[in-house]
Amino acid sequence: MIESMVSDNSLPVGSKGHLASGWWGMIALVFTEGALFAYLFFSYFYLALHSISQWPPGGAPHLSIAIPGTLILVAASVVVWWGERGIQRGKPRQLIIGLSTAILLGLTFLGMQGMEWHNEPFKLSSGVYSSLYFTITGTHILHVIVGLLMMAVLLLWTTLGYFSAGRHAAISIGVIYWHFVTVVWLVVFFVIYIAPRLG
Amino acid sequence: MLSGFSNYLWPLLLGSRDMAFPRLNALSYWVFLFAGLFLYCSFPLGKAPDGGWFNYVPYASRAYNPGPNIDVYALGMVLLGISTTVGSINFIVTLARTRAPGMSINRVPVLVWGTVTASAGNLLAVPAVSLAFLLLFMDRQAGTHFFDSVAGGQPLLWQHLFWMFGHPWVYAIVLPAMGIVSDALPVFCRRPLVGYTAVALSTVSTMVLGFGVWVHHMFASGLPILSLSFFSAASFVIVIPSAVAVFAWIATIWTGRPVFTAAFLFFAGFVLLFVIGGVSGFMTAAVPLDWQLTRTYFVIAHLHYVLIGINVFPVLGGICYWFPKVTGRFMNEAFAKLSFWVMFVGFNTAFFPMHILGILGMPRRIYTYSDHLGWSTANLVISIGAFVFAIGLLLFLINAFRSFNHGARAGANPWGAASLEWSTSSPPPVYNFAVIPIVASRYPLWEDMMDEGPERSSVGTGMLLDQGRETVGSTVLDAEPDVILRMPGDSYLPFLLSVSLTAIFVSLLLHSGWGLGITVLVTFAASVWWLWPQKSLGQMQAQHD
Repeated sequence: MIESMVSDNSLPVGSKGHLASGWWGMIALVFTEGALFAYLFFSYFYLALHSISQWPPGGAPHLSIAIPGTLILVAASVVVWWGERGIQRGKPRQLIIGLSTAILLGLTFLGMQGMEWHNEPFKLSSGVYSSLYFTITGTHILHVIVGLLMMAVLLLWTTLGYFSAGRHAAISIGVIYWHFVTVVWLVVFFVIYIAPRLG
Repeated sequence: MLSGFSNYLWPLLLGSRDMAFPRLNALSYWVFLFAGLFLYCSFPLGKAPDGGWFNYVPYASRAYNPGPNIDVYALGMVLLGISTTVGSINFIVTLARTRAPGMSINRVPVLVWGTVTASAGNLLAVPAVSLAFLLLFMDRQAGTHFFDSVAGGQPLLWQHLFWMFGHPWVYAIVLPAMGIVSDALPVFCRRPLVGYTAVALSTVSTMVLGFGVWVHHMFASGLPILSLSFFSAASFVIVIPSAVAVFAWIATIWTGRPVFTAAFLFFAGFVLLFVIGGVSGFMTAAVPLDWQLTRTYFVIAHLHYVLIGINVFPVLGGICYWFPKVTGRFMNEAFAKLSFWVMFVGFNTAFFPMHILGILGMPRRIYTYSDHLGWSTANLVISIGAFVFAIGLLLFLINAFRSFNHGARAGANPWGAASLEWSTSSPPPVYNFAVIPIVASRYPLWEDMMDEGPERSSVGTGMLLDQGRETVGSTVLDAEPDVILRMPGDSYLPFLLSVSLTAIFVSLLLHSGWGLGITVLVTFAASVWWLWPQKSLGQMQAQHD
């Protein structure tokens, strides 16, 4: 059985989509990063449960920036997905549009987060809640920045004409990270903004 | 230690030409080296971490430890975590992708099971300790209050995060060593391992359970009794998979025809030490007994039986076993046996009396005690045993160095072993296998002797893959070939990237904003350069596509 497969001399060569080692490496990276956030959320709930005063100290945070921010990030994931479908069908232009739109949306999200941080009445060192709030959202923001840099590099490579319908492993690998950043935000959104309203 | 072992052996065991990510491998090594230098440089400068290895707050918080000592530890550990993580990713992807055709998941050597389980454990556990050290660093330098009980923080959060990592990490250390025994012991018993499937599954389940027992390091910290009961029960359950492995080894020796080589002695000695270390662990898993014994020498005895008994002995046995493969020469057998007996006697003389001292109530972490307490004789015996152990280790090292140049020549398969690494020459060529082997059973080189079916592995004929650096990629479960992987060539980038990563941590330590900005930029540039798509690796459009 194996012999027949080996003699079949038509195996693809090099990095192709999910066959690329890098694709597997990225999945593993997502797992370890996911674990990092899981431990952050553990710390949040652990400290919240042991808090003797009101949690969060100033009541649940406002949703006026967070909800549009969430929608923007989800939209950024959708356009990247649409762009990836483009290159799978040999349309690099569609990928370029998808990546550039995603970068604009990501930058908007960053700007809104900056506004939200600016509007908070507390700072990092005010108390244990503020420490958690800034650390969790800050860690996510760092991940958005890394994701944006990745998208920017991918955009550059696409404009240089590196990718085709058959060869675009870097795209398939990069977008996993971008989707991961979105999914983590959904959990951050639930933990920081929704969970305090459920108590 | 074990990463080095596994990095060298994996491609050979799996019938491949290299690990999945050779450059990542180099990065893991360089970052490991620089993180080590980062931590150890603090000793001559007098700024070494001084909070004990588990670094409990509040002793480690800024109010009680204002110098840079703890910051060195915090940053160094995060940097080291990066090395461990990339190394683990490499192991996991290598297992998933680069096995020889036909080496389905139920045919891989147990060392591979051990290392991949440890790597998956690391992937999920290392972030806990990195986060703990990051939060501590922020508490110390950025004014946060995670561990500050005055502002509503919890010192116990440190202990939770530390041990959520700490306990799985213990298994990350011992599982690959247990894998060495499961692979090499049967060779000297002239039969396959008893219960391969049970041992492989017990390896994985030990790790899974290992994530649910961290609180047993914290029984004496005043947690609610319900929580203690749960974690105590979980710690008892871990005995089951460990016992499965022990009985498999004993049954292998019992039903085999043991050849009493030095390597065999190290492995058999390990089984005995594993049982002693396991039983003392089982004892302290009981909460009431733990309250008696915690912070005493009993724990020190357990710790050394586990870490030295379960790790060092198998590794030394593994060195005896693979020495001919790596160097093409045997170690001096009589000398190796002598060093085993000296070490084994010395080890037990040094560490067994600690159990008794612990029960007598001698606390750990003291440097002197009153001479009326009745501990003096036992401590004298311990000191003598420790020197004997050290002499044994020295003998082993002398033997290894001598044999490297003067040992008797060894052929490709001097022990008559079953796995793929013994099918290539000793020492193996840099490409490991001239043709990629095709595997038809769990013991490719024993098929004629065992004669269990008509299928035979092929180590002489197979894919040649001679167009540059190539190896074959195969599917996760059945190892059917599905792609030919192109490997990158030698590169300075891993070195450059590890230097810039280390420089980031040095900048953080020195509070240098400029340094941080520049080093982050260099790191980014090096990463982009590293990942730049290359035609030769099939990462971008080629003319014929």
